[in-house]
Amino acid sequence: MADATARSPNEADSAPYYVELRRLNFFYGEKQAIYDVSLGVPKNRVLALIGPSGCGKSTLIKAVNRISELTPGTRTEGDILVGGESILAANVNTIELRQRVGMVFQKPNPFPKSIYENVAYGLRIHGVRDKATLDGVVEWALRHSALWDEVKDRLKASALDLSGGQQQRLCIARALAVQPDVLLMDEPCSALDPIATGKIEDLIQTLREDYTILIVTHNMQQAARVSDHTALMWMGKLIEHNRTEEVFTNPREKITEDYITGRSG
Amino acid sequence: MAARGLRESAEFRATSAALRARLRRPVSLFFRLKERVIEWFLLACGMLSAIAVALIFFFLFKEGIVALRMVPLSQFISTLSDVTKYDPVEDVTTVVGQQRDFIWQPVSETPKFSVVPLMWGSFGIALISAFISTLCGVGIGIYLSEIATRRTRDIIKPMLEVLVGIPTVVIGFFMLAVIAEPIRALASGGVFSWLHIPFYNRSLNMFVGALGVSFVIIPVIASLVDDALRAVPNDLRAASLAVGATRWQTTWRVTLPAAVSGVFAALILGFGRALGETMIVMMCAGNAPVIHLNPFEPVRTMTASIASEMGAAQYGGLHAHVLFLVGALLVTMTFLLNVVVEIVINKYRKRIRL
Repeated sequence: MADATARSPNEADSAPYYVELRRLNFFYGEKQAIYDVSLGVPKNRVLALIGPSGCGKSTLIKAVNRISELTPGTRTEGDILVGGESILAANVNTIELRQRVGMVFQKPNPFPKSIYENVAYGLRIHGVRDKATLDGVVEWALRHSALWDEVKDRLKASALDLSGGQQQRLCIARALAVQPDVLLMDEPCSALDPIATGKIEDLIQTLREDYTILIVTHNMQQAARVSDHTALMWMGKLIEHNRTEEVFTNPREKITEDYITGRSG
Repeated sequence: MAARGLRESAEFRATSAALRARLRRPVSLFFRLKERVIEWFLLACGMLSAIAVALIFFFLFKEGIVALRMVPLSQFISTLSDVTKYDPVEDVTTVVGQQRDFIWQPVSETPKFSVVPLMWGSFGIALISAFISTLCGVGIGIYLSEIATRRTRDIIKPMLEVLVGIPTVVIGFFMLAVIAEPIRALASGGVFSWLHIPFYNRSLNMFVGALGVSFVIIPVIASLVDDALRAVPNDLRAASLAVGATRWQTTWRVTLPAAVSGVFAALILGFGRALGETMIVMMCAGNAPVIHLNPFEPVRTMTASIASEMGAAQYGGLHAHVLFLVGALLVTMTFLLNVVVEIVINKYRKRIRL
């Protein structure tokens, strides 16, 4: 307990973290986007990051698979650990890292290829060629993303023929195919209608058994429904990090209370 | 509170009322007319290009068709030549028969107008330069869009635009005076003699012409490929990188396929330009209307024929009409090329909906 408290002043759980941020500072050029954030999520738990637009929550999860580095002029200080190992160390290969830490983006972004090829893509680029393995993994990933029954008869059809919700589940399948441990979801439902959103939320509930999930969301109800822990960010700083019921029923901070009740943000 | 105070002040009301009176007047006739005139003017500008195309087609075909009435069509493909035999004893030359061949000899005693050697020259040069500039142009385009930092890009892109702007006659002159002979020397006897490029005897030939044309087309293709790649949403690149792809894998398997219609259009456009290029090929492709399978032999293109012979051809004569016909053929081919591009791109766009 004491050890856990040392990691974060707003401790949410006493279990060891699987993904952990230690005093993270993040800069876009001169502009600082994240200030000294320490938080984490234990294995097979869902952490929801909430907060107003531009508060740094997207930047934060993009730092976990280092996709944030694609923007020129960014700088990261502090440390991020996945499975106990630092991912910011000089010897870390981003290719292996991104295999372990999958990501689902805000807007469904399937490749302009067939459904099958979208899922098989990650395997193909890592050199998997034999058809039996590819077929097996494609089916497995599509089943795990609750899309198999809808697309099993048209795997060769273009992914762009799917509806928005189906495309987003396809993107989840694409991420799952390379066997990650962690899933990062950056507002995965922001472009979807309520029914599609419901399906993705149900899916997150099942994925939680096998993956550690960080999800950014603007939707308070969604955070409350899908997450075990919730962290509220405000202007690049971590305001509150606790078990989700606590955050929503008994917020410690005034800002949190105002934000979740819609009085600010 | 201050705003409300302003709204209630007498001054505000007076100004507001005056403004309202001005703004709510019916639109004047002059104003409406001006709108219409501008619209007509812009429409006329748009129509101008369509009219120009129509006129070009009309005149080329009108003049070219005359040639078809003067000489049968078959003679534009293969020509008939006398096979002669020289008897040294009697010192006479006798015609012993006739043979079919492909000869472009517009100003001989019996003019011959086979367009086959000219098409051979045009397509040979266009294909070779398309090959060279596809490799280089697509490479430069990928570099600019996917690899170069902003600063390098800001240096290279204007350079390419300068290259496009250089008059082709200057490029032709440069090839002729600086590049052609050293290449021949290298290929046939210099340090690259171990390559044994066969029969590289003449410094001005199809290959050198194609190389010169490539200088013009590479920047065009590079620029268009760069644009096409940059039009691919960054989301797709991020998605690919996020499953652990390298930058090159992302470019090759995601970005390039997503931009394929634009890249294809760039290539066909480049091919069309190569087919129509005149000055460079006239200056450095050797200008001899012969068919040689060896790409290091001189050729003459359709464009070079028109440019170099039209001045000497008597207006209204057979030669001039034949040159118009060659021009009509050229325009038809580039037109068909454009049509093919449109069809393919539309088909592809429908399939992948980009």
